[in-house]
Amino acid sequence: MTEELVPVFIMGKRYDVPSSLTIMKAMEYAGYQLVRGVGCRGGFCGACATVYRLQGDDTLYFGLACQTVVQPNMYLTQIPFFPAQRAEYDISTLQPRPERLFSLYPELLRCLGCGTCTKACPQELDVKGYMAAAMRGDIARVADLSFDCIMCGLCAARCPVGEAQYNIAILCRRLYGRYLAPRSQHLEDRLAEIRAGQFNQALEELKSLSLDELKARYKARQIEPE
Amino acid sequence: MSYTAEMRESIKKVEATRPRRMEETHRRLTLEEQQDLLRRFHPDYLREGMRELRVGPNAGDRTPNEFADLLEARSRVDPRTFDLSRVDYDTDVLVIGGGGAGASAALLAQEQGVRVLLATKLRFGDANTMMAQGGIQAADRPEDSPAIHYLDVIGGGHFTNIPELVEALVMDAPEVIRWLESLGCMFDKLPDGTMVEAHGGGTSRKRMHSARDYTGAEIMRTLRDEVRSRPDIQVLEFAPAIELVLDDKGQAAGAILMNLETGDRLLVRAKTVVLATGGSGRLHYQGFPTTNHYGATGDGVVIAYRAGARLAFMDTMQYHPTGAAYPEQILGLLVTEKVRGLGAQVVNVDGEQFVYPLETRDVEAAAFIRECKERGKGVITPTGQPGVWLDSPMIEWLKGPGTVEKALPAMVRQFKRFGIDIAKEPMLVYPTLHYQNGGVLLQTDGSTTVPNLFAAGEISGGVHGRNRLMGNSLLEITVFGRRAGRAAALKAKEVKPGRLTLEHVLAWERQLAEAGLNPQIVSPLLLPEYTRHVR
Repeated sequence: MTEELVPVFIMGKRYDVPSSLTIMKAMEYAGYQLVRGVGCRGGFCGACATVYRLQGDDTLYFGLACQTVVQPNMYLTQIPFFPAQRAEYDISTLQPRPERLFSLYPELLRCLGCGTCTKACPQELDVKGYMAAAMRGDIARVADLSFDCIMCGLCAARCPVGEAQYNIAILCRRLYGRYLAPRSQHLEDRLAEIRAGQFNQALEELKSLSLDELKARYKARQIEPE
Repeated sequence: MSYTAEMRESIKKVEATRPRRMEETHRRLTLEEQQDLLRRFHPDYLREGMRELRVGPNAGDRTPNEFADLLEARSRVDPRTFDLSRVDYDTDVLVIGGGGAGASAALLAQEQGVRVLLATKLRFGDANTMMAQGGIQAADRPEDSPAIHYLDVIGGGHFTNIPELVEALVMDAPEVIRWLESLGCMFDKLPDGTMVEAHGGGTSRKRMHSARDYTGAEIMRTLRDEVRSRPDIQVLEFAPAIELVLDDKGQAAGAILMNLETGDRLLVRAKTVVLATGGSGRLHYQGFPTTNHYGATGDGVVIAYRAGARLAFMDTMQYHPTGAAYPEQILGLLVTEKVRGLGAQVVNVDGEQFVYPLETRDVEAAAFIRECKERGKGVITPTGQPGVWLDSPMIEWLKGPGTVEKALPAMVRQFKRFGIDIAKEPMLVYPTLHYQNGGVLLQTDGSTTVPNLFAAGEISGGVHGRNRLMGNSLLEITVFGRRAGRAAALKAKEVKPGRLTLEHVLAWERQLAEAGLNPQIVSPLLLPEYTRHVR
């Protein structure tokens, strides 16, 4: 089966590539060995942020090279790195209060609410919405709305006032996880039991079993129902 | 995109049997049936897929052909001409690898008050850790215990695991969860703080902690942010290690890095070295697609082996049963085990179950291969790729509408990009190369058979025996990353370094010659070869 080839323009240069390929595989088909702009190849790491236009269309499009299929007459380039502001902090001595967020990222309050970030997000997150929550000091809301962020940096690349939205978001998630999430009593109880040596004997016994005894013990496990 | 007409016919059968299947549970296999299935259908048992190593500490042991070629290759460094007198970076602990294990090691080493340099091949955080979706195991509920976790791990590994390593894994697990929380990881919880925990393949208790289906990403980005918060840890990106450097006492004493963009070599002198370079899925054993990130080419195992480190369990790889089989653009990418953990069954072209959905991964994968290859009950895609259905819409019936969207956002997004709504339609899946069960042989403190060389994470071998359970890799990287980092730092404080040498590389060349080998390829591989060149 011969596949249909379509023209794409990588940094302005034309290559004819099979129409079913993702942008990433199209670049490799065109002869690139990727070093930058490639990571997990599964949509999780944010290394392959890509900007493109389609001929005759004035819209600027955004996507992950590993997740976006090529289109005819696509003009594309990757933005594998974008310099963004990151505050210095020690999470163990921070307090989960709005004032701390504003003092670490004073530029947060410059946000215009224009929504360019939301349009650029390849994860389709409500970036503008979480930035608004950040301006209100609602750390828990930022943490929730930004949870699926892969930190590709396209929001920061597009922001007219130079925000680094994704760095603000991870600070909020870390503050939430450390300080605001409800504590797990069962985890604390288990840690105390381990410290008291409560399981040492059981582990020693298991390690001393013969292979047959171990197999018998394994077979006899009670499986907790769903 | 979405499904073809032929596939839609099969989906109709899946929908027709679904109400009946809701009431049915497929029988679990006995240990004997499992062994028989593995022997007949698991890729590890395909004779021609592996060969014996001819040189090095594991000469005579079997490993996949693709890995053997790299283990028996030449160095990228000429030991006769490389100038060891010019040191580019001096540090106490050198951590090689910027995934979850490397980041954990760097943090714990730094806490001992030593200088730390973390060097990584691609971006910091580009690692399999980032892609792990389903969860991390820890026995922290009253119904559970580290002893029950131990039994699950060792049975899942077919009783071949190194007991002391399993003990370390299960006993450290609750502490690791607390540590990750203290760094700011957001685990799924009920409003009263109780962790939401699920089953995974081969678990007898629900102990899978998750962060939606971005568990690994949540752990990785948190660890990375913490490393970046500590000025005493220096990070070098796009700088893979291409050879270890020893000293004249035979101790690990640094590494030669390569600037991946300029090709320049960099010499790092260190008192101890932690290898955390991860796995090797990008070697595509037996032509399998892989779930692994771009850099998973087994580099660390290769340079450790040349430095004399003993390996273990190098003849066993994990094929994850549920790799995406359709559409072609995401072939081999992971469909998290959490889908089955939430109740989705696996069914064939006729919409019938053929295996209990939460057998251990190797058994489950072998059952899929049998269903397609021997029984001819797979679904065939337009490219000829076989697969079986993973019936995700069941989750909405079992756990309520909206559960798929809430519990599996990454999966929903992945398939939505290709016009498939996994809350309404099943996913087509087939085994994919997922995890390197074996690797550099470890002690419980992360030390290896080479003095002052430590290792942690997927690069290592012994914890999981011949098969790893879901949720024990995120646990392994943190448990052993922490142990190795701490031990490497403590050792660094007392080391009396000798003179730097590449004598082991010269010795390697002699061993190759004595074995009658004259390899033309160099290793480590560094990057997989996907580039097409016309001429």
